[in-house]
Amino acid sequence: MANIELRGVEKKFGDVFAVKPLDLTIKDGEFIVLLGPSGCGKTTTLRMISGLEAVTDGQILLDGRDVTWLHPSERDIAFVFQFFALYSHMSARDNIAFPLQAAGMARDEVKQRVGQVAALLRIEHILDRKPGALSGGDQQRVALARALVRRPAAFLMDEPLGALDAEFRETMRAEIKKLHLAQHATTVYVTHDQIEAMAMGDRIVIMSAAVVQQVGTPTEVYHNPANLFVARFIGSPGMNLVKAKVEAGGVRLPGGSLAPVSDRWRHALEGSGLKDGSVVLGFRPEAVQVRDGGALRAAVYADDLHGGYTMLHLELADGEIIHGRAARDALNALGSAVRFDLDPDMMRFFNPETEMAIPS
Amino acid sequence: MSDVRLENISKRFGDTLALEEVSLHIHDDEFFVLLGPTGAGKTTTLRVIAGLEKQDDGHVYLDDMLMDGAQPADRDVAFVFQQYSLYPNMSVYDNLAFPLRSPLRRLPEGEIRQRVTEAAEKLRITHLLERKTARLSGGEMQRVSIGRAIVRQPRIFLMDEPLSNLDAKLRESLRVELKHLQKTQGSTTLFVTHDQIEALTMADRIAVLDQGRIIQNGTPFDIYDRPSTTFVAQLVGTPRINLIAAEWQDGAYRTPGAALSFARQNGAAAEKVLVGVRPEDVRPGAGDFRGEVVLVEPLGVETILHIRTGEITLLCVVSGLSSIQLGEVLSFGFAVERLHFFEMNGRRL
Amino acid sequence: MANAANAPRQKVVISTRVDKVSTGARLTSSFRATIAVIVALIMLIPVAWMAMTAFKTRPDAVAVPPKVFFEPSFEGFVSLLTSRRQLTNDEIAVYQQRTDLGWADQIALIRGQAITGPSAFPRQLLNSLIISGVSTVFSVGFGVLSAYAFSRFPVPGKDDLLFFILSQRMLPPVVVTIPIFLMYRQVGLHDTHIGMVLLYTAFNLSFSVWLLKGFIDEIPREYEEAAMVDGYTRLQAFRKIVLPQATTGIAATTVFSLIFSWNEYAFALMLTSDAARTAPPSIPLVLGTGGIEWAAIAAGSLAFLIPVVIITFLLRRHLLRGVTFGAIRKG
Repeated sequence: MANIELRGVEKKFGDVFAVKPLDLTIKDGEFIVLLGPSGCGKTTTLRMISGLEAVTDGQILLDGRDVTWLHPSERDIAFVFQFFALYSHMSARDNIAFPLQAAGMARDEVKQRVGQVAALLRIEHILDRKPGALSGGDQQRVALARALVRRPAAFLMDEPLGALDAEFRETMRAEIKKLHLAQHATTVYVTHDQIEAMAMGDRIVIMSAAVVQQVGTPTEVYHNPANLFVARFIGSPGMNLVKAKVEAGGVRLPGGSLAPVSDRWRHALEGSGLKDGSVVLGFRPEAVQVRDGGALRAAVYADDLHGGYTMLHLELADGEIIHGRAARDALNALGSAVRFDLDPDMMRFFNPETEMAIPS
Repeated sequence: MSDVRLENISKRFGDTLALEEVSLHIHDDEFFVLLGPTGAGKTTTLRVIAGLEKQDDGHVYLDDMLMDGAQPADRDVAFVFQQYSLYPNMSVYDNLAFPLRSPLRRLPEGEIRQRVTEAAEKLRITHLLERKTARLSGGEMQRVSIGRAIVRQPRIFLMDEPLSNLDAKLRESLRVELKHLQKTQGSTTLFVTHDQIEALTMADRIAVLDQGRIIQNGTPFDIYDRPSTTFVAQLVGTPRINLIAAEWQDGAYRTPGAALSFARQNGAAAEKVLVGVRPEDVRPGAGDFRGEVVLVEPLGVETILHIRTGEITLLCVVSGLSSIQLGEVLSFGFAVERLHFFEMNGRRL
Repeated sequence: MANAANAPRQKVVISTRVDKVSTGARLTSSFRATIAVIVALIMLIPVAWMAMTAFKTRPDAVAVPPKVFFEPSFEGFVSLLTSRRQLTNDEIAVYQQRTDLGWADQIALIRGQAITGPSAFPRQLLNSLIISGVSTVFSVGFGVLSAYAFSRFPVPGKDDLLFFILSQRMLPPVVVTIPIFLMYRQVGLHDTHIGMVLLYTAFNLSFSVWLLKGFIDEIPREYEEAAMVDGYTRLQAFRKIVLPQATTGIAATTVFSLIFSWNEYAFALMLTSDAARTAPPSIPLVLGTGGIEWAAIAAGSLAFLIPVVIITFLLRRHLLRGVTFGAIRKG
């Protein structure tokens, strides 16, 4: 097991940065998720750690050992690909045994190791089948087994659930995470799906346009996003972001209603040097509390049942749509006026010019 | 005024039965969703209504007129495809105007301009009108596709998974917009999807399709709260419903691998049952049962807890980011009035 | 966490590195361009040599060592385009006194010849144009229709039919020349324009069906279905939606068909003699008195080259994409 350290690692293709200089320390046994939209540099970062892609500049250390210029096979890491990369002419068993045989391990030991890892992933019954005869979920289990069997210092996974159907994806997500809890192997996991990132990551590294936007635990990035990008990207739907004006009693929303603000925030907002008091107010759907006599007004734009709860979509006076989580029977006529309050503890503020969060 | 009726539609492709005696009645102004897994026959149903596919048996009525022999062009329906249906060699304006210039309609250019402008405003794509469709993003393309359906003012909108190729964020916002548009326009819509969230959130009524047959037909609340089979119960709701095999013993349904028990409800009498428990109906904190939290998945709006009790791992959903920690041993109970009982063959008791 | 986002940004502003890389990139690309130009020049030498020869006099054309610099002359073109007769010495003297001679007559006179009329070559070039033009239109026209049908409809025995169509192309032309010659003579198609058009169309059609089917397969059928639901018939949808999108494929197929029928030699040699004779078999036969007329042959080749160059030039944008055989989706 190992810790991984990236020091000023960067990648350029011609003049274009795929990854701008990046510093990151991944602790031993940590599950780190690299999250971002396509083209943000997350996969390139993963490939640089694996050695499949050469760095343009910077250093990569594995357990303090400089591996920047080592061949992938010399780094003691395992890579799990999105499209499984199983050898179709070999049985699942041979696929799993392949890396051990390549290392010249004795036959008995290979057999024992394959047996162990197959038991762990509960795939003993499919070991003699060819990959073509397996479901997507089972193929990915075999691919995981092939990575696990080597007992590498770290696992690198590139969207391993991306090619699976929705029904398998949820199950496999939990399985991979349970596997990690059992093994505690350092894992770097790449995905564009923020739900996956939230569900699995000990920490999440959010990237956009080749730059790291925020590094934090799921709770940190959800409740305290560093900037507007993170606020929008994390959450389903993302954080509600409304243009507002700072005034004496709170912040004034479009349409004139005034949302009261705690003292703590009032001080923070006063000291933050906002240009003519313009601010972006952010709040999660859970912060919306619809009730008669609430301080804020909106019209129902749409509402929809999500099974256990209802999501209300409310239209503010300037046409902005915000989303609020409500009880499942909270269905309102389209266009009807509603009043609501915001949970003061869940309000966040951003500087509209820099797009950065205002610290409280 | 529009109303679509399917009577006992059957359709074969070679040896495979794509649709088996499908009957549906979609009312005026209704947002009707066909939900089912890949290969269930959803798209075939849509194509039969549009006339792009000919059924082997049964009848299609549009506004009580028999349409079995009618050409697609004569049915006055609009089709929004999953992808690829914008003409890449034309501008957005010409794409929107294309159906109005068809030999059936041949509207004067003045009226075409007016209708196209109106539709573009509704969908907020006015700034794109002069652009070639190849330069649009996925979300913009799908807006234009919907616009091309709207300008026609057809009897019914047929939509074949129009959101499935968009990324999650876009899908979410377009879903809300589409629902709002449908409700304010009052246009009859038949929407096909494999995504249960789209079905639950948008539909007035849902028909669940599997292997060419309709399994259940009802409002989102009917489907979610009273699934007629375990198939429907598992198809709808995320995370998935917990299905627990239980046996009648000593006056209650008890689980072999764990110390769970469920009281018999409304006279359901069977020796062995599958008990369905929605994850939000597992209530951690108080109750008769104990289990260990083996996995915590903090999604944001809600947190999924995996609770192991005996040999069973239950999924449980709590609102917001939960403070419950991995490894914690806790008590839990069930929302007794919301349990589902199924026969071992999957049928609801 | 704001620090984590800011820290990397500061380090990016090292502009010297950007310059270094871009200089390297610029050097690489100009190096590549140089290589490409050199290769192109080497490939063009025979063509350039042919063009030069076309403007040489007979002695210059066969001079040893070859002349790179010479005085241009239209002798080759005159030999190519006219038929002449050899004058006696007396006649030459008379001709030299005449003042009514055109420039072509004067060029002929230098070699002691008088022009008696136009040669067969202009007509042969015209035959080539007609036959390859019409057969290309036919093979692309029928090709696109049958390719569409094969692509979209459940044609019974589709795979066998497609193989049969392709097999038309498998026999080398020379093998079938004799039977076709006999058949054509029997039915009166020998040495006719129709005969040649039919033959080239039949030969190109197999190729164009296959090529175009590939392109049409690439066009999602949802496009036409959308148009049909929108109120168009299938044929209208085909014309308004499919054809414009298949432009690339049609252009590529057109050029390939045209080049084949334009260059075709074996059939033309056997199946035409006079009325429908095309240019390829005639060019090498421009024989003058007392030796091969290299200048005339070169002039003929040059004239023969020009139409193909023009067409290819006009369609070049489509061709670039077309030669990938529909591998790259349009739009």
